[in-house]
Amino acid sequence: MIHEDMICPFCGCLCDDLVIETEGTEVVRVDNACTLGSHKLMNAGKHRLKAPIMRDSGRWRDATYEEAIEYTAGILLDADRPLLYGWSSTQGEAQGAGVSMAELLGGVIDSTTSVCHGPSILAIQEVGHPGCTLGQVKNRADLIVYWGCNPTEAHPRHMSRYTTYADGYFLENAFRDRKLIIVDVRKTETGSIADEFIQVKPGGDYAVLSALRAIVRGREDVVPPTVAGVTKEQLLRVAALCKEAKFGALFFGVGLTMSPGKYKNVRNAIELVDELNRYTKFTLTPLRGHYNVYGSNEVFTWMTGYPYAVDFSRQIAFYNPGETTAVDILARKECDAALIVASDPGAHFPKKCLEHLTDIPTVLIDPMHTMTTPLVRCQIPTAVTGMDAAGTAYRMDGVPIHVKKFLDLGYPSDTEIITKIFEKVTEVRHP
Amino acid sequence: MNELLVKNAYVIDPINHIDGEVMDIAVRDGRIVEDVGPQAEVIDAEGCLTLPGGVDSHTHVCGTKVNFGRYMSPEDMRAGREVRRGVKHATSGYSVPTTYANSYRYAIMGYTTLLEGAMAPLEARHTHEEFSATPLQDMMANTLFDGNWGVMKAVSEGDIERVAAIVGWTLSAVKGFGIKLTNPGGTEAWGYGKDLRCIKDEVPHFGVTPAEIIEAMIQACEMLRLPHSVHLHCNNLGTPGNYACTVGTFNLVPDLNKKRQSLYATHVQFHSYGGSDWKTFRSKAEPVAYTVNNRPQIVIDMGQVMFGKTTTMTADGPMEFNLYRLHHNKWSNHDVELETGSGIIPVLYRKKNLVNSIMWAIGLELGLLVKDPWRCLLTTDNPNGAPFVKYPEIIALLMSKKYRDAEFATVHRRTESRVDLPALDREMDWNEIAVMTRAGQAKALGITGIGKGHLGLGAEADIAVYPLKVGEIDPAQEYQKIIDGFARAKWTVKRGRPVARNGEILVHGENTTIWVDPKISPEHDMSRDPKFTEMFNHWYSVRMSNYPVQDEYLKRNLRIETEATI
Repeated sequence: MIHEDMICPFCGCLCDDLVIETEGTEVVRVDNACTLGSHKLMNAGKHRLKAPIMRDSGRWRDATYEEAIEYTAGILLDADRPLLYGWSSTQGEAQGAGVSMAELLGGVIDSTTSVCHGPSILAIQEVGHPGCTLGQVKNRADLIVYWGCNPTEAHPRHMSRYTTYADGYFLENAFRDRKLIIVDVRKTETGSIADEFIQVKPGGDYAVLSALRAIVRGREDVVPPTVAGVTKEQLLRVAALCKEAKFGALFFGVGLTMSPGKYKNVRNAIELVDELNRYTKFTLTPLRGHYNVYGSNEVFTWMTGYPYAVDFSRQIAFYNPGETTAVDILARKECDAALIVASDPGAHFPKKCLEHLTDIPTVLIDPMHTMTTPLVRCQIPTAVTGMDAAGTAYRMDGVPIHVKKFLDLGYPSDTEIITKIFEKVTEVRHP
Repeated sequence: MNELLVKNAYVIDPINHIDGEVMDIAVRDGRIVEDVGPQAEVIDAEGCLTLPGGVDSHTHVCGTKVNFGRYMSPEDMRAGREVRRGVKHATSGYSVPTTYANSYRYAIMGYTTLLEGAMAPLEARHTHEEFSATPLQDMMANTLFDGNWGVMKAVSEGDIERVAAIVGWTLSAVKGFGIKLTNPGGTEAWGYGKDLRCIKDEVPHFGVTPAEIIEAMIQACEMLRLPHSVHLHCNNLGTPGNYACTVGTFNLVPDLNKKRQSLYATHVQFHSYGGSDWKTFRSKAEPVAYTVNNRPQIVIDMGQVMFGKTTTMTADGPMEFNLYRLHHNKWSNHDVELETGSGIIPVLYRKKNLVNSIMWAIGLELGLLVKDPWRCLLTTDNPNGAPFVKYPEIIALLMSKKYRDAEFATVHRRTESRVDLPALDREMDWNEIAVMTRAGQAKALGITGIGKGHLGLGAEADIAVYPLKVGEIDPAQEYQKIIDGFARAKWTVKRGRPVARNGEILVHGENTTIWVDPKISPEHDMSRDPKFTEMFNHWYSVRMSNYPVQDEYLKRNLRIETEATI
């Protein structure tokens, strides 16, 4: 069976033009997706846990959904400071249920944002965000800047759908008429096709952004001959390119947010874009990784007022990244139970945090065995959103897309499981 | 069968010409009926002022830019924090509160129906998601068409039927309520960092002017028989001397509909500025109000500014960038491909600031100078002029010259030479306030027929009882009682169910989303139009099949089907 205009549940591009062929419950062919998306969709039916698993005297045993749900509700209710973490690879509806549950439990809810674009949000909270939808870039941009990211590897269709290789309504020959600037600490595959490749010494992003801002403001006299390994000559050339562009679009990744300077780097980039808007049109967009990490920020925000790291222990929504973020709570051994949903801290968090996760009752909701599985006491398999579950996801530019279901493998969705856990919690802790 | 009896209510119901009659209101299954049985739940209004549930015909409470206002403003969130209690969720925020906080605060003030003023069609799903998290009000979304490529191309070809067909298809697809034009053409120009000054400037690349867009959309709106008229945020918002553009725009508008206006001009305060720069800035409310008084086809809302902190947000992207350059605080912008733009900045309106003081006066002048309260509605363009929680103070300002004078004595001392406010003696009565805050708003939105804005038989049982004894209070003197009374309804009844009592939220509730689905002939069906689908699939970044909002995003909803003439 052929399914057209399907949505890819891999990265923040949320490509919505996939053609997927299924035979029975097998995906046999995926057209239009990138390697990463194809791989996810071709293999998402395989390697799935058959049923919930629970640890019993050090060994895994199969469990029923009812038992696993009961167990999860129990550990969350018993906890003084439960942590509900993850939420980036699931549907918005599950995220909403998660927030309500965290609120009732007086727990902390955080998404993977706190280890990717959390610093971008901190910067936005200081100076704002001049952005736009991706179609605006595709139709108008004659200058693209990628800073601290490598879309060829991480967002493989970003350049063909929205930037370098995309047809633009206002550009006669989009590929030829567009300039591409890449800023990175090493030359990646994306860097090799750039009109300007700016190689910054590690940790030098802030200085380079400051130098560009000075030049754009007409103060090139304060810029030394080289800044973090970049020559003044190149900086002048790049600043001129930016000012001459009719529409510039700056994209940045964790190379900027998680390198020395962190949120200050992003703030500097935003202020550079603000400055450029006095001469031309310029926008900035964080390249979001998980397909619905931005959705978690949106849902958390309209429900609690804050995009991530929301602590309900005082019965109000309290937010203080660095204190209420998952890594910090785990490192301080603060939480006494954890529910991990649709993310893999086992592959990404510091060892100290993972040690604490193994010390406390931790439940994982994820369709497959992951690096987090060995750390938890119970895992509940669910459907893969965008394959055997539908729901809402927000693209990296804030466009909400309905992610579709094209298979039924009999698994419950994340929303169903979280709602059931929430119901159990509600039975004991009445609202 | 759910029955409720509101006893001893001092009712003002302007649509049904009831002005101060003490009566009982019977409710069965959410509708107002002749009488109910002895088992009905009883609320004793104790002779207090009882009005139809409040209607806000222009507010920003749900959607992409509202949520981005929250996202970028943790400082605003700290201002409105309340703990979770009973059915009530924890809340945060003052000028851009969370969805729950918006809903609770509106309910406490007796409001039961809200119109989100600006929804970008591409991002409509987000607005509907937030609607479903707004438990205590019925919701509608005006849909942005100001920079719509399909519309502008059809306008340039002079094909009004095609304009209507595109609007009709889009409203059905995104489950929108009416047509919103924000700085028409200017938001498209902002795509390349430009703006338009007024209605005769040409939109770059599209060969049309705002005047042509506005005129075509007014005609298309009538062809589609939409309940609401075109809802316009004029060009050139917020600049000295812009009143001339506003008056010029109003003079374009034909009188095409006997039941309601042909144009709803929103937050007109921001469009009634005189002077040639900020130094010579002054009020021009008088010529704007004069034009409104002489053109019955136009209804406006005030867009009142009140002093204090707020967050401004509008689809008018270029205007927000200009404002950012004045304020130097923080600025967010979000242009939406083929459709519109938007911007957000925080603002502090200060009495010490001459321009802010004049703005404050202009809104009140409009309210007082437009003779017919049905044609000048009370809004703040929440949260642009002020958060909606300021409505009770505005009501008191309109009802009391003494209060206005007391406030005027505290604003910038040079305001007096720039405004007419001190010379205006009008003091509004209870009936006029009822018109400006519910009856007039419902009529302007075209929703009286579905039972909104009045308390007649068959109407939706949306009722607000305020702790105000009309005969015992002199609003002109005791304005603080007016402020306190309108700030906290004694009872708010939504669809026959008490949802708030003396500031307490009683139920979690469920809203109704009201949307319009124009029935268009098959030959004008845009989903089968090759030129339209080609434009769509070529230049949008989502496929046409993925664009419409699926039914599952609308929980409880009321679909208004109209018989279009195309």
